[in-house]
Amino acid sequence: MSYFASIESLFYLAATVAVVASLKVVTGNNTVHALLYLVVSLLAVAVCFYLMGAPFAAGLEVIVYAGAILVLFVFAVLMFGLGKDETQHAPQNSGISNMFGAMFLAFALLIELVVIINNAQIQQSLQVKVISSKSVGIMLYGPYLLAVEIASFLLLAGLLAGYHYAKPESQGSQR
Amino acid sequence: MNKNSFKNSLLISQLRTMWLVIKHTFTKADTVQYPEQKPYLAPRYRGRIVLTRDHGGEERCVACNLCAVACPVDCIALQQVVDDDGRKRADFFRINFSRCILCGFCEEACPTYAIQLTPDVELAEYDRQNLVYEKEHLLINGPGKYPDYSFYQQSGIAIAGKGKGEAEQERPPIDVKGLMP
Amino acid sequence: MPEMLWKLLEITIIIALLIPMAAMLVWVERRLIGIWQDRHGPNRVGPFGVLQSFADLLKILGKEDWVPPFSDRLVFTLAPIIGAICVLMSFAVVPFSPDIGVSNLNIGLLFFLAMASLAVYSVVLAGWASNSKYALLGGMRAAAQTVSYEVFMGLSVMGVVLLTGTFNLREIVLAQTDGWLIQSQFVGFFIFLIAGIAESHRLPFDLPEAETELTAGFHTEYSGLKFALFFLGEYLGVTLISAMSVVLFFGGWLMPEPLASWLPPLLWFVIKIMCFVMFFILLRTSLPRPRFDQLLKFGWMVMLPLALLNLLVTALLRLTGVL
Repeated sequence: MSYFASIESLFYLAATVAVVASLKVVTGNNTVHALLYLVVSLLAVAVCFYLMGAPFAAGLEVIVYAGAILVLFVFAVLMFGLGKDETQHAPQNSGISNMFGAMFLAFALLIELVVIINNAQIQQSLQVKVISSKSVGIMLYGPYLLAVEIASFLLLAGLLAGYHYAKPESQGSQR
Repeated sequence: MNKNSFKNSLLISQLRTMWLVIKHTFTKADTVQYPEQKPYLAPRYRGRIVLTRDHGGEERCVACNLCAVACPVDCIALQQVVDDDGRKRADFFRINFSRCILCGFCEEACPTYAIQLTPDVELAEYDRQNLVYEKEHLLINGPGKYPDYSFYQQSGIAIAGKGKGEAEQERPPIDVKGLMP
Repeated sequence: MPEMLWKLLEITIIIALLIPMAAMLVWVERRLIGIWQDRHGPNRVGPFGVLQSFADLLKILGKEDWVPPFSDRLVFTLAPIIGAICVLMSFAVVPFSPDIGVSNLNIGLLFFLAMASLAVYSVVLAGWASNSKYALLGGMRAAAQTVSYEVFMGLSVMGVVLLTGTFNLREIVLAQTDGWLIQSQFVGFFIFLIAGIAESHRLPFDLPEAETELTAGFHTEYSGLKFALFFLGEYLGVTLISAMSVVLFFGGWLMPEPLASWLPPLLWFVIKIMCFVMFFILLRTSLPRPRFDQLLKFGWMVMLPLALLNLLVTALLRLTGVL
């Protein structure tokens, strides 16, 4: 039990889940299923972050990547209706064995999370070397200021380009 | 963003709506708790159909078929017979209440006020066949909405105990052959 | 080891109380809507109709658990489970009272936001897996709506984080001992509330399931137990948003002194939550559903500037030492 609940073993378990899920992302032939595996992979990476003492990064990983960006990916897939020609060629996925893989990976993560939340020892040892959000903020606006600014400029450029493309051709057509 | 959308973004109309709704916490419910508490149904409410009798206790229906013709869903079936005393009556009279839409056209078409709709709406049955009402189910022992009306007392048809010309508001028949000058 | 068993017991008790409470909320909602519409609402099953939800539950369990043959079976089954689990996981960080609460996570607020953002998958995947037009439209609406309003929700609570200096929900509550944060953060609270309604896609922001336009939106194809799970998720979501509003802006279990000694802290917390739940029901009865473009426009044109302004002013006041 103590070995199962040690930080190292949990970390490697989460890492394994991340790797397996990532492999499934690139080998699967169903877009939405691949995106789901990507979500699982990102969640596993978030658990890794948490176990390394960076809860802030873990939280942001889930909120930004799993919660927002991948939802947009899924949204795009729904929007362009990629599912049509796939459902014809893809093997029928009604068997239990096909469901098992995805279920197993997500279930492993869930168990892990419950163990972490439940175990006071792990909670305590995680508190020792924790990187607080304050220190993350200081690092971002201290040594890494230039990188942050470059990234923000890149995002701003992306925003402007997106706005430009989304703008209707003639102003009169709106409303 | 024009002026109107700024005003909309202040949500004043929404807050006013919420205030109006919350005031209804203290108003009485309009609902009638049906099986325990019966709703008031007007005397002329269109519910279950009955066949009435006149004050003499005789059937009013003369089986003229006008109700069956007026019925938009064809739920009325009847057959006329003429008795020895000269009265016409329905041999059988059948209303299929699983079809009837309680529109009241039969009541309007009836020349003798025989068929009438009553304020009784509790017609539910477990078996569909039980909704087919025969004449003995339809006939009631009363005059319904028109207590003083009797068809044979108003019309010129001769029946036993009442010859031609003996009805109310009727003069005796004139012998046209005895009218010679 | 006994410590862990106690914790498991605590989790079990909290879940065992939360789920029947969500079922009861259905009855409370129907009764309240009835009263506000000059009706009675369900009042037949049990005293005042309290057992209505259990009658409904029995009925829904007896229904055929149908999976459409044209759907993606795996994702179709997974979607309602994701929804219920994400909301239930969020309750892990809610501090119910000084000594009740599953986890004292130091990123509690982030955990809540993360779970709220993961809960979208439930709706989006349900819409996609159903493989029907209505469900797909509902799923797409849910994706756009939730991703948009997540931004404002995150920004609106940052004022709280600035003032308390922590993501830990228990510490946020304890930081409000001298005065609830609603005093200084009412703009943040307003944005959080509206974003919360949009996140839990309750009326008036129930565009993903808009009955009048999309039959039932993302859960058009669902029936039986899976439908019940969606419902459970929705009502737990309402409770969660209420609980988070109380924790972040209304001092959690704390009350001003004369009142605080009357009832135990847990009860005060529950009373505050119920007030919010009733407020959500009031919103449902009184407000019409906006059009989808109006919803998104309201979000990006009103909520986002307001949230940023609130954050900016709070930071300025914090720097100058006013707050």
